[in-house]
Formats: sequence, structure tokens, C-alpha cells
Amino acid sequence: MITARYWREMPQRYRYEAGKCVKCGYVAFPPRLICPVCQAREFQTVTLANTGKIETFTVIRVAPSGFEDEVPYAMAVIKLDDGVQVTAQVVDVDLDEIKIGDRVRVEFRRISQDGEAGVIFYGYKFVPA
Amino acid sequence: MVGIVGYGAYVPRCRIRVEEIAKIWGADAESFKRGLLLREKSVPAPDQDLITMSVEAARYALKRAAGLDPKELGAIYIGAESHPYAVKPSGTVVAEAIGATPDIHCADYEFACKAGSEAMFVTLGLVQADYVKYALAIGGDTSQGAPGDALEYSTAAGAAAYIMGRDRVLAEIEHTHSYTTDTPDFWRRDLQHYPQHGGRFTGEPAYFKHVTACARALFEKSGTKPGDFKYAVFHQPNGKFPQRVSRMLGFTQKQIDQGWLAPTLGNTYSGSSPMGLSAILDVARPGDRIFMVSYGSGAGSDGFIWKVTERIVEVQNLAPQTRQQLEHKPRYLDYGTYAKFRRKIRKAEKV
Repeated sequence: MITARYWREMPQRYRYEAGKCVKCGYVAFPPRLICPVCQAREFQTVTLANTGKIETFTVIRVAPSGFEDEVPYAMAVIKLDDGVQVTAQVVDVDLDEIKIGDRVRVEFRRISQDGEAGVIFYGYKFVPA
Repeated sequence: MVGIVGYGAYVPRCRIRVEEIAKIWGADAESFKRGLLLREKSVPAPDQDLITMSVEAARYALKRAAGLDPKELGAIYIGAESHPYAVKPSGTVVAEAIGATPDIHCADYEFACKAGSEAMFVTLGLVQADYVKYALAIGGDTSQGAPGDALEYSTAAGAAAYIMGRDRVLAEIEHTHSYTTDTPDFWRRDLQHYPQHGGRFTGEPAYFKHVTACARALFEKSGTKPGDFKYAVFHQPNGKFPQRVSRMLGFTQKQIDQGWLAPTLGNTYSGSSPMGLSAILDVARPGDRIFMVSYGSGAGSDGFIWKVTERIVEVQNLAPQTRQQLEHKPRYLDYGTYAKFRRKIRKAEKV
């Protein structure tokens, strides 16, 4: 990830800010310029719920570049308590015990880094609630 | 009235036991457990560092400052010796994550194990002087001890955050004192991965001299004596030093027990006495007085006398408590996993 893109995405990566369509109420995360439901262009900034439950998950054993040292780790689709679905890592959990329906809450974690000398990218992951 | 408006501490879930470290280095675990009163310590996961722990502690502090808009924070200071960047502040990331930017003064502090209490000291001063309405002070570390060194049994991870202000105060600051000399008992030179220390020299002329001198000056300033305090908390490089210094000063084990986290948490460096204070605030009652003295090698101590207000009972359950986090489902690591998590294993350079 390039530094400029990381910087642009800080509101959603750091504070879980989403765009709520003023016309139809659709919540876009990450935020969009045009509502995919009603095509309106006006959004209000809202903060997502910080708890939810695991809708589904998978365990990554062959990781993409930059994540090799973290295997095995869980990636999950999480339905937040406000209904919005996000994809994120679930950490601090025993992979033998993780299951669909588990309650989770958001935590601020390191996501990746641009090599040993580059910028550290922070963002959200989920842990057992 | 100036004092603490909100507080929060964060403890990582991973732990390693003294026996597991001693087994690798052929050391006698029992002598560390008896001699330093250490049983286990916290370990940061690979995706945790000072910044991530500070964000969580700050969010808990904001919960306990019920209703405080992060934009009202006029300053954020983070004290640590393990800032993830050598050049680039930790505080900017934390301020951005909690929504406190851009109208805020920000600085990172460093003073071995007392950088956190430094941040508390300065934020109290800024609020007292009416320079800012509220200010956030954080102390934390993911401290490193060289493999096989005595420090490896104690160096731990954790953070505590304090919001200082004039209204909604849950613990009023009554007195402070700082005591500083040039004492080279522990240091880390630039670009060195692990610190070095003076062995037994870190005891009498360093920790004990500074903590007792600061504490005695605080007694004198305030006209108090150990019996006037419900609780006391000191810097905890291990379990033994705070226990011994509290006895030297005339405190009882009962007075230090609640904030005495080192036997199962380890030494969280700049987070040490601030995290102990958070554990005390979790159970304190209105009117209780708390005596606190930090210690940072190099060397210096910051002393504080806090008086708990009526508001404490409203906030204690608004965020996870410190001892709850310490005791809730710890994940015990073997030494190999610990060495990987702490980046002690040298890997091949990527081409």
C-alpha cells in the first residue's frame, strides 16, 4: 500500500467512518461517491458499531505477500450490530474454537508495513467480545 | 479542582511464564520467582505495539470521561521507550484514531520507565495553568530484554491513559513532586536493539534512592504520612522492588496489593505505575487517598497524591477493568512463539 492511499483511508481504517446516503439510508463502507441503491451523491458521515458477530470465516494458511509470518490466521465477514458487514482479520482467538455466530469487537492493530524501514499501516481487526 | 477525568488501561492477551524462559537458558526458575517475585509477564502479539495499546487505553479513558468530545482535548502526550518510529510521533496516530485532531498539541516523551508519569505531570500542569481544557497523557511500552538477560523475565507490554481536566474529576491531584539526578543505571544507545543495565547498581543508588527521596519530599510537602493513604503504587521493575520500597517508607502490603501488578503482568516500563494506578481506581471509593511514585532510569521519580471523588463509582464499569484484563483468558506462549512474536529470530533478507 502506498503511503498516500493509506493516509486518504485513515478515517475508515482508524475510526470506522462510513457514508450514510442522505436519501435512502444505505450505509457505504468504505464510503462511496455515488449511492449504489439510489444513485444519490450526498452522504452523512457515521461511525460503525464496534461490536458484531461472525457471519462466516476462513483460515488462511498460504498468505499473500507481507502476511506470511502470520499464518495460520482467520479472515471473517462480520455483521456489525448496526447491520453493516465488514471483512477483517479475527485475532487473539484459538483457531480450533472460532465459529460462526461468535460475538466479536473491534480493536486497533497493525495491519502491515512497507518493509522494515517503511511506514507502518494501522487499522481494524476483531477480537472475541 | 484539577485531576483525572477519565482513565483506561490495556493489557495484551499473550503471556509467557518464568519457567518457560528459564528452561531455555538453563536458569533456575524458582530463584527468579522467589528472588524477583515474578510468575509470568504479558507479551504483545505481532500486530500490537505501543501505538495500538495506546489507542485502546485512550478509548477506554474516553468512555470513562463520559460524554467528552475528543475534539476538546488540547494536548496528547505519550511516554514510552518503545515508540514504533525513531522519527515520527506515536501521538499523531493515536490522536487521529480517537478523533482528536487537528487542533491539539502533541509530543512523544522518553525517560526510561517514567515517561508515562512525565506525560501525566505535564498534562496536569497545562490544565492547572488553563492552557488547555483537557489533556490526554499515556504511558506504555512493549519493552525488550536481551535473550538470556535477567530483564527478559520482566520486560512486558501494556499501556494506561489518563485524561486530565477541571470538571467531571474522578481523582483530584493534591500534590506532586519530581526528583531527578544523573544516574546511569540503565540505558540503550542509539540503534541498539536491547538496553544495557548496571546489574545490582539499578537497586540502591538508583530505584531505591530516587523513589524514597521523591516519596519523602511528597510527605513533607503535603504534611502526610503512610497511614493517611488507602493505597500506594510504585514503579514495578519486578515484584520485589515495589514491595521492598513500600516497606522502607512505612506502607503495608495491604496498601500496595491492589496496584501491585508486576508478579503476573511484568514490567510494562512507562506503563508500570500508571497501570497500577488504574487497577486502584477500578476499586477505589470516594475519599480514598492514593500515593504514587514512578521511577525512570537515568534517573528520576515523579510523585503524585490523588484524592478520589464521588464520581469514581459512576465510571468504574464504563470500560474493562485492569485486573479483569490481566486475568481474562490469558494465552500462554512457548518460548519459540514468544521469540517469533518479539522478533528475536533473525530471518534471511528478502531479495
